[in-house]
This record gives sequence, structure tokens and C-alpha cells, in this order.
Amino acid sequence: MQRHLISAADLTRDDAVLILDTAEEMARVADRPIKKLPTLRGRTVVNLFFEDSTRTRISFEAAEKRLSADVINFTAKGSSVSKGESLKDTAQTLEAMGVDAVVIRHSASGAPYRLATSGWIDAAVVNAGDGTHQHPTQALLDAFTMRRRLVGRDAGLGKDLDGRRITLVGDILHSRVARSNVDLLHTLGAQVTLVAPPTLLPVGVETWPCEVSYDLDSTLTKSDAVMLLRVQRERMNAAFFPTEREYSRRYGLDGDRMAKMPDHAIVMHPGPMVRGMEITAEVADSDRCTVVEQVTNGVSIRMAVLYLLLGGNEPAVSHARPTEEK
Amino acid sequence: MSKTLIRGAKVLGGEPQDVLIDGGVVEAVGRDLSAEGAEVVEAGGKVLLPGLVDLHTHLREPGREDSETVLTGTRAAASGGYTNVFAMANTFPVADTAGVVEQVWRLGQESGYCDVQPIGAVTVGLEGAKLAELGAMHESAAGVTVFSDDGKCVHDAVIMRRALEYVKAFGGVVAQHAQEPRLTEGAQMNEGVVSAELGLGGWPAVAEESIIARDVLLAEHVGSRVHICHLSTAGSVEIVRWAKSRGIDVTAEVTPHHLLLTHELVRSYNPVYKVNPPLRTERDVMALREALADGTIDIVATDHAPHPHEDKDCEWAAAAMGMVGLETALSVVQATMVDTGLLDWAGVADRMSSKPAKIGQATGHGRPVSAGEPANLTLVDTEYRGPVDPAGFASRSRNTPYEGRELPGRVTHTWLRGKATLVDGKLT
Amino acid sequence: MDKQQDQQQDARPVLEGPDIARVLTRIAHEIVERAKGADDVVLLGIPTRGVFLARRLADKLEQITERKMPVGSLDITMYRDDLRMHPPRALARTEIPGDGIDGRLVVLVDDVLFSGRTIRAALDALNDIGRPRAVQLAVLVDRGHRELPIRADYVGKNLPTSLRETVKVQLAEEDGRDTVLLGAKPDASGAHP
Repeated sequence: MQRHLISAADLTRDDAVLILDTAEEMARVADRPIKKLPTLRGRTVVNLFFEDSTRTRISFEAAEKRLSADVINFTAKGSSVSKGESLKDTAQTLEAMGVDAVVIRHSASGAPYRLATSGWIDAAVVNAGDGTHQHPTQALLDAFTMRRRLVGRDAGLGKDLDGRRITLVGDILHSRVARSNVDLLHTLGAQVTLVAPPTLLPVGVETWPCEVSYDLDSTLTKSDAVMLLRVQRERMNAAFFPTEREYSRRYGLDGDRMAKMPDHAIVMHPGPMVRGMEITAEVADSDRCTVVEQVTNGVSIRMAVLYLLLGGNEPAVSHARPTEEK
Repeated sequence: MSKTLIRGAKVLGGEPQDVLIDGGVVEAVGRDLSAEGAEVVEAGGKVLLPGLVDLHTHLREPGREDSETVLTGTRAAASGGYTNVFAMANTFPVADTAGVVEQVWRLGQESGYCDVQPIGAVTVGLEGAKLAELGAMHESAAGVTVFSDDGKCVHDAVIMRRALEYVKAFGGVVAQHAQEPRLTEGAQMNEGVVSAELGLGGWPAVAEESIIARDVLLAEHVGSRVHICHLSTAGSVEIVRWAKSRGIDVTAEVTPHHLLLTHELVRSYNPVYKVNPPLRTERDVMALREALADGTIDIVATDHAPHPHEDKDCEWAAAAMGMVGLETALSVVQATMVDTGLLDWAGVADRMSSKPAKIGQATGHGRPVSAGEPANLTLVDTEYRGPVDPAGFASRSRNTPYEGRELPGRVTHTWLRGKATLVDGKLT
Repeated sequence: MDKQQDQQQDARPVLEGPDIARVLTRIAHEIVERAKGADDVVLLGIPTRGVFLARRLADKLEQITERKMPVGSLDITMYRDDLRMHPPRALARTEIPGDGIDGRLVVLVDDVLFSGRTIRAALDALNDIGRPRAVQLAVLVDRGHRELPIRADYVGKNLPTSLRETVKVQLAEEDGRDTVLLGAKPDASGAHP
């Protein structure tokens, strides 16, 4: 693995499988009476959130605390950032306090990449979502959820998602989740189809390693997993689609549509869901919907990523377990 | 003023000749000239060009003296071989009155490194709503002939039409920054494969092309002339080519960076590559080179846009748009046009001196290198190869996309009306 | 893998397959004797080879006691004290038998006892999982050079070694054959026990 986790596209297949396998072991810690490991004792991780996201921050925080890291939370609201302090100054200030890793969420695409490559700081950088660019830990937890459900918890160890058909539906244009998932799922051997109105697909999507369709119904029957992406109501005002009702009718997942999916197929959503828009309550609350599992899995994945980046003197090597001399 | 003899210079890239400067004028051009008491500059096969003229420079004064002043900007110009620059109007306050343009003009006179010709704003405060006092700026000491809201597009078709018509009264020209504002809301880089991947707001080519198409048709309709700033797309080239074939009085410029760099560089998220218009595709770059060679694009203009370090040392979205260009323009043109065989040095003199002077009506600049002409000259060591080192820039800002890049050619001498402003690569 | 094979060329076997089977049988009997029938014993192997040894011991104990013997694994990777000296290692499985370890006699099983640091980590890991009645340690080989006050309760073979030597246990489940090899370290510097 590289020293930072900026983009799902940076992960090799072996890196990704190592993270998923490690997360499986981390998940078992949650079943124990003491849900804590001493692994990152004495290491300090800052959660540097320039954009509101309580869910993602809490997930990272839980992961950091389970690994015994010291956690500093920094949210931009009410901080010096709102007084005009730059990303660079903020990061350097935090590093001066002795931070080993920065988990960063930022509204500007590329901000984590800048932080990692500009020589501003030495700490490892973990991207917790940047603009409309990437959200690699989300893609990893999604892949983890798919592997568990579609391949099996133990049967999945060491395996990828070869040949699984994954459909992503919704606002692809503004979605870092979609970008990360397309990259990672492709790396893991899955066949990805994006379904969206043409207005919500980026120009240039034709070069992505996936299929594109405007028609949800014809895709559903051939999907092992359907991931719905949040569609913000404000997009309606920018003429991306005419009305909420029309969007739901063409691209929303309701019970009738879900019934067309293969029996084993699952419904996923990165949250927060807009019920009645991209997903009906009936679907959201069904057994096939993995939203809650995804949240649980998020902690395991983030533990795995933090362990593999910070647990040693350098990031983990993604091949083979080192042979032990005794 | 003393005499200077430039010995063995390839005038416009031709056979080596001697050029004798007496006072502010070229006295003679020929072989084996001698002149008692003249200071001799051994050109040793370097190329002698008329002093370069930049129709598109941001000197930032008044208002943003932290990034550039008229003095530092004209020093940068002299370093790059320029003897005349046109200073864009987007200063603070905006150059939309006779008072501001005269101030800039006077600062240029005082600098002594390069003639400064202010450009006047088309609309008050660059707001696109109300015509600025174009006539008053023309009649001021600055004698403004070029008007531009550069940085912003004159997007209202009626305002653009009126401006095109109005400046006919005194032979002015409107230089349009072609950028349809609605299509570029939140735009961060060229819209295409790379923006899709990087998740940066897309800046579609059509936002530029649609305005150019509209404006050449407006110019035709009202019988006026229009100049298009910094063409950046192959489609824009096609439209200008069509307009010229139709007899529309349109001229166009391209920046050095659009002749060399592509949007692939944005993958680094390094804001040094953030510029307006954005870096485009390889195909666009090739179309722009071809258009500059065949005359569809008339001139090279730097769009020299200095910014302080902190405005680039940040995340992409927060960074300012623009690159400095005066001190690297000729090298980039040599790399992209001369070394590729698309243009000879006479062609470079045409695109970087004669034509821009003609479009901007800069008297005394862009003249042939021959007896009796003003001694505005620049001497270029075209054999030189070396990495760009921003630390050596005369500009107050360092936001160059070429840091460390190997580029050919180096300006060693510049003369402004016979007075050396640059000698052996050092400002006087 | 080539490097490993090179090392093995100079290595000489100190225990062969039949020896290993014999010492495991002996250890099984010792456990039954000392644990008074081994009613509450839980065997936990330390990955990788300790797990195989634990399973083999469990088989033997089941033969002796004619009862099902709880056996599991205990990965100590995240409790190691040398984490900061290497890249992070892939994790192995921790599998605690269904009835847990509270109030039971846990016998940790590993292939080689050397510095004692692995066992220290194992004790910490156990602490996070439950509260055994007692913890004992069974190893196939004790090569000495302890760096912590830790000793084994059951030892297959005491093998006096120098620090310039390596001890390599091979087991059929992982390596295709049963043997314990004593060899010379290719470079005497710093390889961690």
C-alpha cells in the first residue's frame, strides 16, 4: 500500500483484498467483551473535517478509539478556518502538535491529495471524502458488504468480487462515492453499471471502466447488488431533472422494482437516505437493504485501513504474510 | 545617446548581419558595419527580433501590488524581450475611467523598462451592465484603443453589440474574454475525461465557442472589428477560421501555455496549472499551434497573471486562476512553434511583435528591423537549453507552470528605443 | 521463498516427524495429569504453526480422555511490542471456542519459545477476551534466550542454541512435512525472534 489513502484508484487488487481480509478480523473484535486493541497506542490521529459529516467522523473516531489511538477532532465550523486560515496552516498547526495521521474531509476535490503531496506535513493522510472526487473508505466498506453478502463471510477471505454485477443508481455527476466505487469494484473484478439521467452523468464517463445506462428496469434483473446514491432535492432547481416525482418514477427503487431483482441481490445505500426520493420506505426497511450493515462495516474497514497504514513502521505490504524466523 | 553596434546577429533568423543603433533609432543594418565609439555587442549568431509586444498583460497595479506592480511587471517584460505591454483593466479600482488609465500609463512612463499601454474596461466595474466612458479613456493621455473586461466576459449580447459599435467612432477594438457565465458556474477545469475523474467542475469548450460565434456574428452585423482573447479550443479555431473566410474583421490571440500544456497536468491538483481559460486537450493544443502557424490565430499574448504564493499554495478550488508568462513566452513559442518547424523566426516576429502592435495600434512598436525604425529590439540565444528557475524571475510573482521544465531559448538583450533594458540576461 | 530454501540447505534436523508425534503424545499426557483429567482445558494455538500443534494436541487429548476438546486460535499480531519495527502484518484468525475461556484452564500452544515476547502479547490478548482460571504454555521447542520472565509448562524439546542460529519448525499442514531445523542465520544482525 501507499503511505496515504487518497483514492480508491490507488489500490491494487492485493491491497484491496488485504484491507477487506483485515477488516474481517477487525469485525470480530466487535463481538468481544472488550472491543479494543492496543495496536495504535501512543499514536495520534486527527479528524480534520472541513465539511459537516457526523456519520463519517463518528465512524472514523470509533475505529481510531478501538485501536487505542489518541483522537483529536477538528471541525471547521467555529474554528480559525472560518476566519480565513488556510488548509495548509491548519494542517501544519495540527502536525506541530505531533499528529501521526490526518483523516481529512473537505469540500474541495483534491484537498487530501494536496495535503499529502505538497510537503506541508509528514503525517499519513486518509481521505474521508473530498468534494466530488473520492471517498475510498466508503468504497471499501461497500465492497466489504458485497463480499460478505455475495461471496460469504469466511468463504470470501482472500477473494475479490470477480464477475459480480453491481449497479449504481443516481447522481453520479456529483458523487465521490460513485467514483470510488467504480474504481474499486473494477479493481476487484466486478462488472459495474451506472444508471442515471444523462444530466447526472459526467462528460467523460464513457472512459470509465463500467457500463452506462439510462434505464433502471432493464438493469435491475441483471444485478447482484443495486446501490442507490443520494439525490439532493436542490439539484431539481438546477434543472438536472424536472421534478422529484419524475425522478422517483424513473430512477427510484420501490417494492415493485425490487421484486424484479434476482432473489440473492441486495440493495445498498451510502446514507443518508432520502426516503421517497431514490428509495421507498418499503425497500429501505427490507431485509435486502444493507444500510445498517454498511454503517457497522464502516468501522471495521476504517480500523483495517488505519492499522495497515499506521500499525507498523511503514505501510503494509499487500502480498503474503511475512515469514517468521524463530 | 551613445551608439550601439550589434555584431553578427541573425536578423529575424536570417544570415548574420550587423545592426547599428544610434540614439533611439536603427541607423544601419548590413555586413561589416563599423562605428567609432559605439558599444559593441557580439551577437555571435543569436537571433535579433523586433521588441516583443504583449497585448494581454496583468500588471495588477493599482490594487494588487503584492503580486505585481507596473515597475516589476515591466522589468519582467524586458527580461522576456518585450518593449511594449498592454495592461489589462481588471485592477482595483478597475481601469474604467480616464483617471485610472492615465495613472497606469504614467507609471509605465516612469518605469523606463517597457512601454505600457493601458487597456480600458468595456463596462463599469467589469460588471457587464453599463458601458464605461470609452471615449474619455481614448482621449486621455493614455490614448486607450483596446477595451476589455478580461477576466469576465461581456456576456450581455446587447452590451457587446453597443460596445462594438461605439468604439468605431475612434477606431477602438473590443477584446472579448469569451466565457459564457452560466455554462461555467463552479467551473474549475476543462470539462472532459480528466474533470470527470478528478471531480472538478467542468468548463466546457462550448462556453468559449458559443460566445466567439455570437461575437463574430455581431461584429459582422454592425461592421465592427473584434479581438478574441486567449483562444483555447479547436472549436474556437474553427469558428475564427470560418469568420475570417467570410471577411469578418476578427483577430485572435493564443497564450503560450495553451500551446504547450494540457489538462492532464491537473491530475496533480497543483493550482499552478489553474488558469482561465483552462488547459485543454492535446487535440486543442495541436489545433491552436496549427492555427497560429496558418494565421487563423493572429498573435501570441501572454495573459501574464501574477498571483502571490499563498493564492496558489492551497487546495485547487481555493486557488486563483492564472500564470505568469512574460519571462517564458518566447521560450515556449520556440519550443512549440519554431523547434517543431511550424513557424520561422520571421513568423515569430510577426505573431509576437508586428501583429499585436498593429491590433493595439502601438506606434513605434512591431516595426521592421531596418534603418530609420525605432530601435526596439530583442536578442535571443536560440541555442540555449535550460530548466526554468522562477527564483530568477523579475516578476514579483512565481506562479509559473514551467518550474524545472527544460525550455529552449533565452533573451539576452532588450533595447527600448535604443536604450538597453536587458544586457546579458541582466536588467539594467 | 528462495531465501528460505537456501537457509534450509545448511540447516540440520533436530526433530523428525516421529519425534514430533511422540513429544506431542507426551505433552498430552502431561496436560491430563497436571490438569487432573483436563476437564476444563481450552487449547489456543498461536498462528500459524501453534494452531496446527494445538489441533494435534486436541486430537491426542480426545483419544486419551474420550471427550471433545475445545480448541481455537489466538492471533497476537495487534498486541506485539515490535509493531513499529516492521510493516503491519496481515492478521490471522482468532477463534475462541463456543463456551469461551472464562473460568477455564487455557493452554497456549506455540511452536518455538524464544524471547517470550510472543507469549507476553498472547497474555495481553487473552486479557481482552476473558478471565481464565489459569493459563499454561505448551511449546514444541524451547530454544532459550528469554527476554521476559516467562517459562513453558510443557516443553517438547529443550534445544540449547546460540543467537546466531535459527530454529525453523515445519509442519505437514503448512509445509508438507514435519521437522524442526537448526540452522545458521545468514546475517547475524537483527532478525527478530
